[in-house]
Amino acid sequence: MSDELIRLTAAELGEKLAAGDVSSVEATRAHLDRIAAVDGAVHAFLHVDGERAVETAADIDRRRAAGEALGPLAGVPIAIKDVLVTKGMPSTSGSRILEGWIPPYDATPVTKVRAAGLVPLGKTNMDEFAMGSSTEHSAYGPTHNPWDLDRIPGGSGGGSAASVAAFEAPLALGSDTGGSIRQPAHVTGTVGVKPTYGAVSRYGSIALASSLDQIGPVTRTVLDAALLHDVIAGHDPLDSTSLNMAWPSMAEAVRRADVSGLRIGVITELDGEGFQPGVRQRFHEALELLERNGAEIVEVSAPHFEYSIAAYYLILPAEASSNLAKFDSVRFGLRVTPDGAGTVEQVMAATREAGFGPEVKRRIILGTYALSAGYYDAYYGSAQKVRTLVQRDFDAAFAKVDVLASPTAPTTAFKFGEKLADPVSMYLNDIATIPANLAGVPGISVPTGLAPEDGLPVGIQFLAPAREDARLYNVGGALEQLLVAEWGGPLLGKAPDLTAHELFATEEGAL
Amino acid sequence: MARAELMDFDQALELFEPVIGLEVHVELNTTTKMFSSAPNPANSAFHGAEPNTLVSPVCLGLPGSLPVVNGDAVRKSISLGLALGCSIAESSRFARKNYFYPDLAKNYQISQYDEPIAFDGELEVEIEGGKTFMIPIERAHMEEDAGKLTHVGGSTGRIQGAEYSLVDYNRAGVPLVEIVTRPIFGAEADAPALAKAYVATIRDIAIALGISEARMERGNLRCDANVSLRPRGQEKLGTRTETKNVNSFRSIERAVRYEIQRQAAILAKGGTITQETRHWHEDTGATSAGRPKSDADDYRYFPEPDLVPVVPSAELIEELRAALPEAPAARRRRLKGEWGFTDLEFQDVANSGLLNEVAETVAAGASPAAARKWWTGELTRLANASERDVVELATPAQVAELAALVDAGTLTDRLARQVLEGVVAGEGSPQQIVDARGLAVVSDDGALIAAIDQALASQPDVLAKIRDGKVQAAGAVIGAVMKAMQGKADAARVRELVLERAAAVE
Amino acid sequence: MSEISAEQVAHLANLARIALTDEEIGHLTTELAQIMHAVEKVSEVATPDVPPTSHPIPMQNVYRDDVVGNTLTAEEALSGAPESDGSRFVVTAILGEEQ
Repeated sequence: MSDELIRLTAAELGEKLAAGDVSSVEATRAHLDRIAAVDGAVHAFLHVDGERAVETAADIDRRRAAGEALGPLAGVPIAIKDVLVTKGMPSTSGSRILEGWIPPYDATPVTKVRAAGLVPLGKTNMDEFAMGSSTEHSAYGPTHNPWDLDRIPGGSGGGSAASVAAFEAPLALGSDTGGSIRQPAHVTGTVGVKPTYGAVSRYGSIALASSLDQIGPVTRTVLDAALLHDVIAGHDPLDSTSLNMAWPSMAEAVRRADVSGLRIGVITELDGEGFQPGVRQRFHEALELLERNGAEIVEVSAPHFEYSIAAYYLILPAEASSNLAKFDSVRFGLRVTPDGAGTVEQVMAATREAGFGPEVKRRIILGTYALSAGYYDAYYGSAQKVRTLVQRDFDAAFAKVDVLASPTAPTTAFKFGEKLADPVSMYLNDIATIPANLAGVPGISVPTGLAPEDGLPVGIQFLAPAREDARLYNVGGALEQLLVAEWGGPLLGKAPDLTAHELFATEEGAL
Repeated sequence: MARAELMDFDQALELFEPVIGLEVHVELNTTTKMFSSAPNPANSAFHGAEPNTLVSPVCLGLPGSLPVVNGDAVRKSISLGLALGCSIAESSRFARKNYFYPDLAKNYQISQYDEPIAFDGELEVEIEGGKTFMIPIERAHMEEDAGKLTHVGGSTGRIQGAEYSLVDYNRAGVPLVEIVTRPIFGAEADAPALAKAYVATIRDIAIALGISEARMERGNLRCDANVSLRPRGQEKLGTRTETKNVNSFRSIERAVRYEIQRQAAILAKGGTITQETRHWHEDTGATSAGRPKSDADDYRYFPEPDLVPVVPSAELIEELRAALPEAPAARRRRLKGEWGFTDLEFQDVANSGLLNEVAETVAAGASPAAARKWWTGELTRLANASERDVVELATPAQVAELAALVDAGTLTDRLARQVLEGVVAGEGSPQQIVDARGLAVVSDDGALIAAIDQALASQPDVLAKIRDGKVQAAGAVIGAVMKAMQGKADAARVRELVLERAAAVE
Repeated sequence: MSEISAEQVAHLANLARIALTDEEIGHLTTELAQIMHAVEKVSEVATPDVPPTSHPIPMQNVYRDDVVGNTLTAEEALSGAPESDGSRFVVTAILGEEQ
């Protein structure tokens, strides 16, 4: 029973809950059991609040019994990336410097999730302050890829992706600054969506790069992502960059999915050397499948995309160096006093030295340099111009096609430690995902199968014009339907059985 | 702190030309803060709240919190910019000024850098004595205030020698407009007075606009004074110092004067001025060296990604321009003309800060001369005697009523002074006091004639003189009558009657 | 442009208030040079005629009404503080100057 419950999609579980076939408490307990069984091995969670989750679930069951009209996801458990602040629940953003901090307020997406009756299970692991593509930069140890525990689950949102891939939660919230939702989806065989910049409030999301960050859904199916997207999107007066507009239902877009006549542009710059053969093979098979079903495949060029990574690694560190200045040991978080007390300046410097990991320090120094007197124009200023050029590339492409397509990332999941030594090659992971963040356009990653050479999952990325998120759910939903039909079941059905690690997990006590 | 050597002010002026620049911070009196919906302590409704009770996650820079601009603060900033004769930017944006300090919650200040809301203004300022100067305004930009630090331990609660410090973030995020002048030349010996008058004029504007409580003692208005000297005939500007923490009108004048004398003494000896911030100390009346300005000040400004540009519509700007009150200097010129005062009379009123009181008294029906006489005369005397603020002693309406009673002949000046004492003592309106104290002039001729006849009868020799045409002799009789009437008589009327009776009586 | 000295990195660390060890400064000096070399590519296409983009989605005039919203109690405000005196945050002595 409980194994059936955890393998249901969020949409299916929502229906069973609505029909009264199962209670939210049962569903929540089933997922908590699963976490206890496998998270010792996966380490997707930094914090699990089982007691509160069951209370919340019981409350939903009571309200449902009282005949209250509830949303389609009411009573469905959800995992929350630790980048989002949660009232009364620790929020560390994967950093030592925030260890034990309990925020006095909820992030807006968390407020919306609670209001929709979802049941927060806990907080998921991530690269420290979302800086990374592997979760190896988490101060609390890496998350393991459920497909191969010796490999990375992607990052920064490896915890959220792994939690849904390992059936520890049907849904999760993620944040995407340069691919932190889409790239983990790609390497874990799950679905991840980065909405249009401003579609989902950033209020309460511990900022990495304010002009790039966006919160989005992490799920196993496109419909589940759409249902969660419909819950968290919408205008928030607490976020000045929040879009004030009426959004169509993304879930409807999935249910009506149809690619006939859809013009899909293949970005030539993101379909060549540097991409693993198996990644490209599945990508092109997926395109052919769409073409056979009525889509029109067009080649488009985005000449400035090759400058995206360079611009991104100037803009992100610059904004991050400022956003992370608030971690100074005065109002919250860690305080380290150097030997012989010292002035507040020395205490701040010692705290930040001890509280930040190497990647965070690297990017803060980089960003401080990019903004410092005499270098601003050459670095930050030029990067902002590249941003304009990337936007123009998108405008030109979307004048020809409805959506753009590329592999989500160049390779399948790599082994731990493989790229730690070489930051620049680690940064190349984001080559396909970064342009969307620079331009603010929405993107989705959908599983396209396993790379023949290593049997690891790969995904396809679709990009749409700003505010046209629904197009992603249309094409993504259609492709998923066709592929699952071909496979005779969801891709994750082929993932290894993790309960082999149960013993190990229970020793760990599963947090 | 050792007091620096000072050169005599006049001598300093002979050798050097002072160039000043002023940065004034105005705290807006909006209900909430600049970027947070927490209450604004610069609004008197929330003044003096307990520490850290006027804060939101935004004020504390809690992780995940985001700023949202207070639309009212923007409108008030535009009004101030217009009142300073500035152009309003078609598009203006916020920028982050990055530096670490414990009173700065986010360790960056949201300010404006390359695109301020207002720029290129000009303000006419009149100093004591009536001389006016045109002050060039470079820019006025919006920003947020920092929290308050209290230094504990050490002798004076100053930063030096403190053991630890306490931080209160109530003030963090209070809306500020920073007004920056261009270098001001040609003030010469008037430079200290001009600095003071400039800040006073900004206070008058802020109050007239209703955008700030503008109370220096509360820090609603803060001034940093830049001073540099250049030898007579030299083109190149001298090295400047920036004196901070000048928080009273008097100390602005003193601080500028002090810096001129201090720098002159150094330069005259062939020394050099270090570019630094200096702190004004009210107690010692001196400035002390602070942090030297250096390349270490790298604020790494960049456009605030959490906020979007401010693009005020032409309609809004014209609406705010139309609502502007009259400029202080222009108003003074108009009133002086309307009242027909001499320069001296007008300065008498202006310098004693009674311009508004006199204007309101005139508006309430009194003649300008009477209004000026009562406010700068008797009321000021009573204020000095009781060490109270003259404006607290009486209302313009009361003074106008008093003046009317004098004009109507109901009161003599002498009686009026008694009535005023009653007003100050809070005994009610002038008319009520006249009735209560029975101070009205006796205008019943019968009573007067009786008293006059009696006086003439008792002084036959005086009567004879009057009859012989020695009219001035009447003075003795008048005096006697006024005495008999306890002064409650109109001397002129008594004189007429005395002459009548002297001719009539047998 | 990507010539970066250890002194520069030490200066940046001071601006960023991080007490880096000499060893860290050593590593970062090398890494920073590599990274900057890779990112300087932006100057190839960032010509004067190209306007900069600071916000991905152009917006303007987003304001809040001047009305008091949710605030924290002093207790909530201080709840996460490493040290407080019950009503204010406590920090050790400050030798630097106010800006």
